Amino acid sequence: MQALAAPESENLHARRPRLWGWLLLAPLVGWLLIFVVVPMAILLVYSFCQRDELGRVVFSFTFQNYARVFDPIYLRILGRSVGYAALTTLICLALGYPVAWYIARQRERIRDRLLLLVMIPFWTSFLIRTYAWIAILKNEGLLNGMLQYAGIIAAPLPLLYTPLAVIIGLVYAYLPFMILPIYGSAEKLDNALVEAAHDLGAGPIRAFSEVIIPLTWPGITAGMLLVFVPAIGMFAITDLMGGAQVPMIGNVIQNQFFRARNAPFGAALGVVFTLMFVITYALVHRRGQRVR
Amino acid sequence: MSAMIEVRSVTKRFGNFTAVDNVSLMVGEGEFLTLLGPSGCGKTTLLRMLSGFETPTEGSLVIAGEDVTHLAPYRRNVNQVFQSYALFPHLSVEENIGFGLRMQKVPPAERSRRVGEVIELVALNGFEQRRPHELSGGQRQRVALARAIVPRPKVLLLDEPLSALDAKLRQQMQLELKRLQKHLGMTFVFVTHDQEEALTMSDRIAVFNRGRIEQVGTGTEIYHQPSTAFVADFIGEANLLEAELISRNGVTARVRVQGGLELALAVAQWPADCPRALVSIRPEKVLVSKRPIDAENVFSARVAEELFQGVLDRLHLDTAAGTRLTAVVANESAIRDAIHAGDDVWCGLHVDDLVVVRSN
Repeated sequence: MQALAAPESENLHARRPRLWGWLLLAPLVGWLLIFVVVPMAILLVYSFCQRDELGRVVFSFTFQNYARVFDPIYLRILGRSVGYAALTTLICLALGYPVAWYIARQRERIRDRLLLLVMIPFWTSFLIRTYAWIAILKNEGLLNGMLQYAGIIAAPLPLLYTPLAVIIGLVYAYLPFMILPIYGSAEKLDNALVEAAHDLGAGPIRAFSEVIIPLTWPGITAGMLLVFVPAIGMFAITDLMGGAQVPMIGNVIQNQFFRARNAPFGAALGVVFTLMFVITYALVHRRGQRVR
Repeated sequence: MSAMIEVRSVTKRFGNFTAVDNVSLMVGEGEFLTLLGPSGCGKTTLLRMLSGFETPTEGSLVIAGEDVTHLAPYRRNVNQVFQSYALFPHLSVEENIGFGLRMQKVPPAERSRRVGEVIELVALNGFEQRRPHELSGGQRQRVALARAIVPRPKVLLLDEPLSALDAKLRQQMQLELKRLQKHLGMTFVFVTHDQEEALTMSDRIAVFNRGRIEQVGTGTEIYHQPSTAFVADFIGEANLLEAELISRNGVTARVRVQGGLELALAVAQWPADCPRALVSIRPEKVLVSKRPIDAENVFSARVAEELFQGVLDRLHLDTAAGTRLTAVVANESAIRDAIHAGDDVWCGLHVDDLVVVRSN
């Protein structure tokens, strides 16, 4: 009886994994569909539409929005956003790499504690942390107060609402996204490889450039993408800490949707912007694979 | 033979733990010296101090006449073969082997010639462009070796390089390593916990235990004249028996070992003014036969247990006097001569096969 039943149950097993696989995938596919694909599609459709005087979207086809994207005003803002994001990425890399490396070289117990310290800021709302920075940087703020008390400066330094404040805010917000992926790569790096490089005559700099950098490269590229991409589009920090003095592309898009009530133009900016990311990512990723 | 390495009263402590405890050692030029001992005995720590990855807490290290105690690893004329091989995964076999020469800024033409020679030497032709993960364990081992010898270091340090290989391949690599070392005339310091490996390959062996050197000597010396109970027990096997002096003359000393058996040993072995000492007897030195034996020490015993081990036959003997001994005899082909549990046998021991050792 059992022998007879066996082939049948095998058949069932052969069919089940496919069904189960789809069922297991369903939440993810649904999530991607609702929160990524559909919004992108709406954005794409909007970007070819017009608006009426009240700012409502009118479904009549036009290329006008895209023509406006390449207006020098917006290109300059885009250029500035890329510049700020690039500077943020470089500063995060310069600060984050040594930190990630240091944490990765510790004993496990200390390592876990240090990682926890890196992640603690995530427990507080991002906005609250940004307001904390405002409290530190403003004219009557903590930093100016301390510097004046110490007699280093006579009058408060204008720190808040400057490009410097924006960079500080961006670096502060995205530093963990640089540290964590680099830590992931550095932690996997066998210390014997570093010793082997030294043993074969590589000083600290050569060992770093010839062995450590290439072997932590996946973490470096991941960290750079994780910082650069969101930093370009960030608008909250530029609003709050830059005082809207230095608008970035994120602010412009946000303004188009809300204050200017020009959703189609905002959508066109968003689409161009997203395309740029995809192309940059593809280039970085391809190079990364070639290096490996 | 001039000294290539001098280890002068070196101590290394990690916190409260003393890994290497006041060790002094000389290694001659072109010598194959093995640091042998159980894990955690300090042999690897000493090797890491020679390569520069650890700095001695006390004492000094001299390599080729130069004090290297505080010299960075990348400024030392020594190279290491790592236990895990530590091949660079992002570089090809050729680039791995050429790494040291590139760091020394050897011109590309000379570099590729020397890399080619070494690849020939370790028989890795045809694998130049492979990545380490595309190689077998034995091949990786050869790359690690080639990478370490191509810069022509004064000393090659090897940290259990054969431990990851299977038994057959390991034996083959032992012979190849030994041949290579003779061919290059390079000083090798080899770390292992495998006594057979040490005996097969080394010119001299330094036996480590708990951060100290127990004995330094050739394989023959260490095997036949172990100076401590630890050495006798760690290298090969030993019957270690407490002995009490009964009488002595100019040639032999008569002793009573634990259990009651009375034996004669060379008087030079016995420490002066000492009523008690520890005697080591190798199991294969115990002669066993069903017929009377011609030896200085002859006694009768009963075979308590027999363990057939193929080539060898291991016998646990209860001597008539009451002392227990282990003997290892060649497995005899003639069935009627074979010795079995329960048999009464004659045993013999030559005077020179009893060695007095220091107890640890």
